[in-house]
Amino acid sequence: MTANNLINIVRQVTFWAIIGLGALLTLIGGDFDLSPGSVVGLVSVLSAMTIQADLHNSLVLPILVTIGVGLAVGLVNGILIAYLNMPAFIATLGTQLLVRGLALYISNGRPVSNLDETFTFLGGGSIGIIPVPVIILIILALLTWYLLKYTRLGRHIYAIGGNAQAAVVSGVNARAVKLFTFVFAGVMAAISGMILTARVASGQPSLGEQFEMKAISGCVIGGVSLKGGIGSVYSLICGILVIGVLNNGMDLMNVSGYMQQIAEGVILILAVLLDVFRSRTAK
Amino acid sequence: MSNTPLLKMEHIRKVFPGVVALDDVSLTIREGTVHALMGENGAGKSTLMKILTGVYARTEGTILWQGKELDTSSITNVLESGITMIFQELNPIRTMKVCENIYVGREPYKIRGILLDRKKIVEDTRALFEDLGITDIDPNEMVGNLTVAKMQMVEIAKAISYNAKLIIMDEPTSAISEKECQHLFRMVNNLKQRGIAFIFITHKMDEVFQISDEITIMRDGTYVGTYDAGKITHDELVRLMVGREITEMFPKEEAKITDVKLEVSGLTVPGLLEDISFQVHKGEILGFAGLMGAGRTEVMEALFGIRKISSGTIKIDGKEVQIHSPKDAIKYKIAFLTEDRRTTGCFLPLSVRDNIMVCSYDQVSNGMKKISIGKEKKVCKEQIERYAIKTPGQDQIIGNLSGGNQQKVLIARWLLTQPDIIILDEPTRGIDVGSKSEIHKMISRLAGQGVAVIMISSELPEVLGMSDRIMVMYEGKITGEVLREEANQEVIMRYASGITDEAV
Repeated sequence: MTANNLINIVRQVTFWAIIGLGALLTLIGGDFDLSPGSVVGLVSVLSAMTIQADLHNSLVLPILVTIGVGLAVGLVNGILIAYLNMPAFIATLGTQLLVRGLALYISNGRPVSNLDETFTFLGGGSIGIIPVPVIILIILALLTWYLLKYTRLGRHIYAIGGNAQAAVVSGVNARAVKLFTFVFAGVMAAISGMILTARVASGQPSLGEQFEMKAISGCVIGGVSLKGGIGSVYSLICGILVIGVLNNGMDLMNVSGYMQQIAEGVILILAVLLDVFRSRTAK
Repeated sequence: MSNTPLLKMEHIRKVFPGVVALDDVSLTIREGTVHALMGENGAGKSTLMKILTGVYARTEGTILWQGKELDTSSITNVLESGITMIFQELNPIRTMKVCENIYVGREPYKIRGILLDRKKIVEDTRALFEDLGITDIDPNEMVGNLTVAKMQMVEIAKAISYNAKLIIMDEPTSAISEKECQHLFRMVNNLKQRGIAFIFITHKMDEVFQISDEITIMRDGTYVGTYDAGKITHDELVRLMVGREITEMFPKEEAKITDVKLEVSGLTVPGLLEDISFQVHKGEILGFAGLMGAGRTEVMEALFGIRKISSGTIKIDGKEVQIHSPKDAIKYKIAFLTEDRRTTGCFLPLSVRDNIMVCSYDQVSNGMKKISIGKEKKVCKEQIERYAIKTPGQDQIIGNLSGGNQQKVLIARWLLTQPDIIILDEPTRGIDVGSKSEIHKMISRLAGQGVAVIMISSELPEVLGMSDRIMVMYEGKITGEVLREEANQEVIMRYASGITDEAV
């Protein structure tokens, strides 16, 4: 493995890892979110369109649009699940389809290209030898780590995932906390979408397909429990790196794309099996 | 028929790890009779029935069914022998029709395994209902649309269609109206004529005398006796059910009882609680007694903001307060140690520390709302020492602790909030004797510090031993208030069975 290789892996996993931070919170809270991949697509289209429309080529508008999309999708997911008691699987599968459809509709299915350099720097540029996306990931990961470890809100996320009923009795506003995890997941997906768009230098409605699965697999491989209450930023990073190395390895060995997809399916199933066994031995 | 009893259970003993649940219990049921099985919560009635129906394996004893050894190795075997149990929580398949429910698993086919004979299912059901005199249930109705009483009828009909000779009903009248109850009893009387026997598990005295021929009383897992229903009185029955002296010692210390801390008046939750009013003073331990399902937990849930109330007021220190959620309740310095540790208490995957701290993060945070891990560990260490929690460390997952230690962790959690009012719902259920007396000492100490304590307990000796005053509930209402000096098991059992106006 060369240094170049390593940078490749890190670049590749950065986008999944940022989504993974959101997945981490929803999983610790005892739910999961299937919509992030679609959020990437919608953000890609909209941020590309706004950067083209903005005559001053400033980043303000694209960033606002990005955060706005993340907040909106997160709020819809959170309200459906936390306040209207919908199962997360169905609710976020619904938004997954809806948001992807929206991205395709707005862009007419075509990519938006010719993006300004101030924007593409976010995805392709480096400060020193460190790529900008990696810097963004480090900042977001530290933020998430702090949130989980040092704030009441973070601890309450563990509480609702550990036992939602007991959390309510303990005075935790479980609905609000759950809503927060989905909004956070939405915003993380949106940020990932924006820098990925900058990296590929065009807005693509189909960008980010199945990223949510990469993020969830990464979490579970790292030891985040699907039943809630267990997980940390550290476990997410470890798990995502495993996935990155596997992907990179398969690329290097010229494994075909179809075969890679099969392998990813197998890995996801194995990861979930691992989680089942872990929680069984804990009993 | 012959003199061989239908069922003869003799010298039944059941040992669960560490506990003798049943010791030398006998039960004899004659054909065509109704037999009431009575006793306090935890007397072992359900355990005995679970042994009979093959849910539990007995440790010792014999079961003779029509004079022959009964094979209780599987639930199906017992069912095929002609014994059916109808549970308190009825479990029909609500999304299926009445007739489909009755014949589920043995549907008649036109072509075996392929084409159902729907017409025959309906006709058979109709014939069955006609035979039993059930006229008001349509075989094509969805079971989910039926009232509880009608579902019971369907369950009985199903039992009969299995050629049941003995039908066990666990608290059959707890969820149905007086009229429906009479209807049920008429049906039971009819079936008696055909030689079918019934075992009724019930707490309601008047019904026992109305319907049963014989009464067997159990107490603390032992057999007290079997009596002819015509030759025993209410009072004798109550005395036999509780009939034990208080042998355990409760470390109740004298505490100074001062001003009224909490005043609840007219608390009502439609269908569950009716006009609940009581007061608790500082330094007082107020006991709540009653049978399971009497509504004691529901009162506390309403008070703590878990359950919505339709009317009623709550006053703390004389001022009316609005409590809409547990968060509000905690703000008013109320703590609630819930009944069920696993479902509403412990965060099983989390550490002892997380479990202790969950309500009190503000205490260990700085001005920027940042939690100080150091402070957190220090506070936890103090709590673990103060309440003598046996754990290898703060990071231990709470799921790995014993029940008694889990309970102590939860107590540590609530006392860390420094409550003025603490509600303890069955604080010592399922806990070893050692932890139990530690918890009792702690309750006394709290009262001594001026905390207003409300304690729900189904163990009468515990209620009697610990409380300064006892409220007794029956079917969502408070039926009696007893002072410590006047309290004894008979008085409380009488109120708890809904007998309010009879002379003592």
